[in-house]
Amino acid sequence: MGAAALREQFDSFLGGPLDWRARPLPDTVPSGVAEIALPRGGLVEIVGPASSGRTSLLLAILAAAGARQEACALVDAEDAFDPGSAAAAGVRLERLLWVRCGHNAEHALKAADLLIQGGGFGLAILDLGDTPPAAARRISLTSWFRLRRAVEHTPAVLVTVARQSLASACASLVLECGRECAVWSGAAPPSRLLRGLRARATSTHRSRTCSPVFTAAAL
Amino acid sequence: MFACLHGSGALTALALEFSPVVEETVAGTVAFDVSGLDRLFGHPQDLAAAIARRATEVQVKANLSLADNPDAAICAARGFSGVHVIPRGDEGKFLGELPLDLLRPSAELRDTLERWGIRRFRDLAALPPLGIAERLGPEGLRLRERARGEAERKLVPVEEPARFEDAIEPEYPVDLLEPLEFLLARLLNGLATRLATRGLATDELRLRLTLETGATHERTLRLPAPSLDSKAMLKLMRLDLEAHPPAAPVVHVWLGTRPVKPRVAQGGLYAPMAPEPVKLELTLARIRMVVGDGRVGTPELLDTHRPDAFRMAEFGAAKPHADGRPPVQARLALRRFRPPRRARVDVAGGKPGFVTAEGIRGKVLDLAGPWRTSGDWWTADPWSRDEWDIALSDGALYRIYCEQKGWFVEGNYD
Repeated sequence: MGAAALREQFDSFLGGPLDWRARPLPDTVPSGVAEIALPRGGLVEIVGPASSGRTSLLLAILAAAGARQEACALVDAEDAFDPGSAAAAGVRLERLLWVRCGHNAEHALKAADLLIQGGGFGLAILDLGDTPPAAARRISLTSWFRLRRAVEHTPAVLVTVARQSLASACASLVLECGRECAVWSGAAPPSRLLRGLRARATSTHRSRTCSPVFTAAAL
Repeated sequence: MFACLHGSGALTALALEFSPVVEETVAGTVAFDVSGLDRLFGHPQDLAAAIARRATEVQVKANLSLADNPDAAICAARGFSGVHVIPRGDEGKFLGELPLDLLRPSAELRDTLERWGIRRFRDLAALPPLGIAERLGPEGLRLRERARGEAERKLVPVEEPARFEDAIEPEYPVDLLEPLEFLLARLLNGLATRLATRGLATDELRLRLTLETGATHERTLRLPAPSLDSKAMLKLMRLDLEAHPPAAPVVHVWLGTRPVKPRVAQGGLYAPMAPEPVKLELTLARIRMVVGDGRVGTPELLDTHRPDAFRMAEFGAAKPHADGRPPVQARLALRRFRPPRRARVDVAGGKPGFVTAEGIRGKVLDLAGPWRTSGDWWTADPWSRDEWDIALSDGALYRIYCEQKGWFVEGNYD
């Protein structure tokens, strides 16, 4: 009996055709930016050059997780996190665990692994945003697979920030940030002010893509 | 066989050295059960001598008596000075000369007996029980029994003060972590069992290691929540000792715990996830081993205008609570360079024109500033600077500042 005949038999038995290749969509959580949802149990990469809005998007994600009362962990490879900016962005600092790795990507990777294996965090972030690309590329694909496997089947979201995509196939979602323009006001100093940053986050998730534009306003 | 100490000093502590069943009858009088000690000390006289010897050693001044029942021993200790052993069956004869006041009768009964001319144990013991029951009631009967040395009762033992500490002395100085961990496991398991039997847990472990050099190495571990998980505690202790090893081989190990009520918490069905406290502490200890002390925690903003002013507080996975803060629109974030990067800035017309720093080089395309900030001028560590927000030709936005030491790049807007 051929596969087609078998399928027909199953379909008739189950009362209708089934999409055998379809996989259930993962549960998602809001990111704090319209149109972008993060898959639970997935690895999300935020990539882009400096001043492309990556950190603003990251703080929006942290603030949204804090609003859901989830415990968050930030592993900061380059010690670049600014608590003042985070507080202004609505991040609940009292629910944030900050691990400062002092410019050591290897330590950051170890710390992230320990945190994810420990469990209990709704959002874990590995910030390699200022790590030189050469050092970041030295992280083996095996390590990314390990992180992906650790976070899989848990309700946590693992977010990484880097200049370019590092986890490649391990990432469930890649958000590529790009600056559209900086928003200034006033004609010339001293009345001129940096008002914010207009950025575009192009997301790639399997076959679906979207590229919402968000504005990160200055304090 | 019962013993009684009547006098002054640490009577209870002395009694507890010989028996677990000790009754503090009244202030200055302690009765205790010494049954079975004959196998250890031999005759009651030898036992009495051992107790008296120990009393001298610990500077307890007390009369000691041993008798077949506690009340006879108590009366004898109160009535006779020195050490006395009352032979079985001779209690009435032995106690006969003692005054009735030692039995502490009620005022009414004492008056009645006084009127009858009954002043000594012997006089009361000789009265017929039926007549006493008719005239003096049950209290009179009990008093007669005690006067004859025949009153039988059980002691009301004092609770031995719970001590949640333990010590061990290895046979040889321990210079490796593994055998030390073995000793710690033994102590921890014992303490955890002791705590569990009393329905308690601990949130603090105190370790004191006496070293071969005579110095002591002390460590205190605080758990985020009361726990009895001796395995997790052992791992925490191991990580702590790996980070802070003793300077010399260990000759004595003392471990103390702080007993507290166990954590009673029922998670809500829809409560957001949070790390399990003891497991989290273990994870954080491991991370501290990797990144160093003081680099893991929760950032706490300080109440000052000084740039980048924060302190690292202990992460406690704060209890979820809705604070009602409205969601904030995405904000422009600053990525800090720690430490700030020293820069060379070409100034043209009072404004930065070209910036060069480590990893940064570009022409200033747009700028805002200067924003002058200063503070803490009344302290030994004042600060004062002019800040600029600049867009460089490398495509990034930076915050730079100029202070007395020169120009610095504080971070980039991202």
